[in-house]
Amino acid sequence: MTTTAAPPEVAAPRVVRRQASRLHLGALGLGVAALVPLAFLAVFFAWPVGTLIARGFVTDGALDLSGFAEVFARPRTQRIIGQTLLQATLGTTAAVLLGVPGAYVLYRVSFPGQRVVRALVTVPFVLPTVVVGVAFRSLLAEGGPLGFLGLDGTLAAIVLALVFFNYSVVVRTVGGMWARLDPRATEAAATLGASPARAFLTVTLPALTPAIASAASVVFLFCATAFGVVLILGGQRFGTIETEIWVQTTQFLDLRAAAVLSIAQLVVVAAALWVAGRARSARERALQLRAAHTAPLRLRRDAVPAAVTGVVVLVLLVAPLANLAVRSFHTPAGWSLDNYRNLATTGGTNALTVTVWEALANSLRIAVDATVLAVVLGVLVAVVVSRRPRSPGARRAIAGLDAVFMLPLGVSAVTVGFGFLITLNRPPLDLRSSLVLIPIAQAIVALPLVVRTVMPVLRAIDPRQREAAATLGAGPLRVFATIDGPHLVRALGLAVGFAFAISLGEFGATAFLARPDRPTLPVVIFRLIGRPGAENLGMALAACVILAVLTAVVMSLAERLRIDRTGEW
Amino acid sequence: MSLSVRDVVVTYPAAGGGVVTAVDRVSLEVARGEVVALLGPSGCGKSSLLRAVAGLEPVVAGDVRWDGESVLDVPVHRRGFGLMFQDGQLFVHRDVAGNIAYGLAGMPRAEQRDRVAELLELVGLEGYERRSVATLSGGERQRVALARSLAPRPRLLMLDEPLSALDRNLRERLAGEVAEILRRAHVTSLYVTHDHHEARTVADRVGVMIAGRLAQLGAPNEVWGAPASPAVAEFLGV
Repeated sequence: MTTTAAPPEVAAPRVVRRQASRLHLGALGLGVAALVPLAFLAVFFAWPVGTLIARGFVTDGALDLSGFAEVFARPRTQRIIGQTLLQATLGTTAAVLLGVPGAYVLYRVSFPGQRVVRALVTVPFVLPTVVVGVAFRSLLAEGGPLGFLGLDGTLAAIVLALVFFNYSVVVRTVGGMWARLDPRATEAAATLGASPARAFLTVTLPALTPAIASAASVVFLFCATAFGVVLILGGQRFGTIETEIWVQTTQFLDLRAAAVLSIAQLVVVAAALWVAGRARSARERALQLRAAHTAPLRLRRDAVPAAVTGVVVLVLLVAPLANLAVRSFHTPAGWSLDNYRNLATTGGTNALTVTVWEALANSLRIAVDATVLAVVLGVLVAVVVSRRPRSPGARRAIAGLDAVFMLPLGVSAVTVGFGFLITLNRPPLDLRSSLVLIPIAQAIVALPLVVRTVMPVLRAIDPRQREAAATLGAGPLRVFATIDGPHLVRALGLAVGFAFAISLGEFGATAFLARPDRPTLPVVIFRLIGRPGAENLGMALAACVILAVLTAVVMSLAERLRIDRTGEW
Repeated sequence: MSLSVRDVVVTYPAAGGGVVTAVDRVSLEVARGEVVALLGPSGCGKSSLLRAVAGLEPVVAGDVRWDGESVLDVPVHRRGFGLMFQDGQLFVHRDVAGNIAYGLAGMPRAEQRDRVAELLELVGLEGYERRSVATLSGGERQRVALARSLAPRPRLLMLDEPLSALDRNLRERLAGEVAEILRRAHVTSLYVTHDHHEARTVADRVGVMIAGRLAQLGAPNEVWGAPASPAVAEFLGV
């Protein structure tokens, strides 16, 4: 190497302090980092939801299961549960059947402009449910461009909207896997005399099955818990358990029925999550994968998937949104900006208590609070959950913590909102009149997604990086700042975007908690479409456009900050 | 100034409950400025011993002392024991100078710069300060890793298979250079390897570890000349 004599290294004696305890700052910090979010979850999730569930079982202080028999015996309950399962099954089946060709066209082959189409396909997933409901309504309703199909208020309309939402889940989950499948397996099948169709059915499809099963179970979960979109499109005839909880609480004031339905909902969701978890672990120990591989799109060979995907993108995804945007400029007097000008008013015959702009201001303020809460708590959880400690006990504790913070994903937002309503409205904690309740509820809804966005990035850090830093003299805080910090910052952009977008569009919990004088934008939109008058409908359309654009801008900024795609969503 | 390891036991939780003993009552001394190599087949516990001395694994029984004083209750970052990893574990979000200066926090900027330049010269990478670590070859990475470990002047430097990831030619050449650097830097070192040639080149004394026990410890000529047991002889191939 070099011949210059280096000075002899005299080991500078460091100050060596004997510590009274082996419990180092690191472990202590992690404990505190876990306790804060746990306490939050206990007060604002476990307690309200637990109290709600207890209502189904306990009457006058005694265990009473008669409520179950009574509520489940009602024809109305049976119809709602049947509809929930039917809609979710149909929506999932259609999303998978359409999404698999889409995954092929958008991820396995390549063509000019593919990135734009991929981005376009992702938009519906983050759109507020109220916006999607209104967009489909205005497309399918009498007088709409597709009104002649007579689909308004039918099961088909609901299923289409569910597919609109969840198409991208299938395309992204299956496509991500498909792009990384080793093409040589198919080539080997071809050299053994298999036709392309046989090679697909016998080699490719089995390899994709875990990804398809994982996507299908997540889509089923989203469909079975759909709220805003079903509430708007289903009218009196169709509903889900989720909308029924809302109807029972707000219209029939039957809290016991609502509690029983919440438990039924929990069962459905737990089953879907369990299947999703099984499928995910199968996907993780998947087959021979390699770096993403794409071949150019060949129209003759790929005619069928290309055509299917083209129709889905144009008719199912673009048409409702384009129609929404166009019709927001349409008024009884012709084309004009009046719908947007009216956003500064409280609507025809004073449909609202505040102007739409005021509602937007409320939404933004609440979204900032909810985002701060969700991201701070979510990062704390992710930091703890991403550790891999030595002792089996600590490992189990961390796995448990991970599962606990996924629970809000499984418990419907409506249940959370309803739970708040019956617990946080009296001492010891009376927050009903306080404005913090909505951001807290929305933060609970966003928390699992924040954790799932940040945690994989932190888990990808080699633990020996932290060890190397420690042997160089860095204490726990400096290790966290210099090793975890740079990775955390990258994941944070997307987490903030997700939390903000979720909060802006959140309707299930907010519908329960919003006070009449301080509604959010989705609440105002829902109120406007429920009122008669072309003016109110026009305002709802314009407000939907504003909300959709805002959400899309937030998400595209967040996606831009994302450098790698380690996250699961 | 010396390291003293006394009857150290390190265990890992086993898959089906219970524990696996990775290091079984090992004792050894490393005198100031001495380089001791720990040689053994993979899985013999030599890396576990290193990690335990560094404070990265808990010591179940026995003691680790520096100048007669136990360091078991001293956290990793205050022990002043450096550890160089097999794959370097460079910090990819920092450049070469940023990596080497990592352990120099608290030192004035100008001094840090001088120290980094001095170490880059020592490992033969003059002028590499602003290079991204992603652009380095395997050999260059390990040189940077060595420079980074030496920078804070650790009282003890441990090297965990520092050259194993390199190809044979480079490994043999670098082994000589590393031996030279360790002598010149006059740093007390514990060097883990499974390569006989590397151990002979680098070390003043060689310890042979087999199945968690230190089977023999002595000067290279003694160890190869008179293996203490049939197992040691078989491992050394003599």
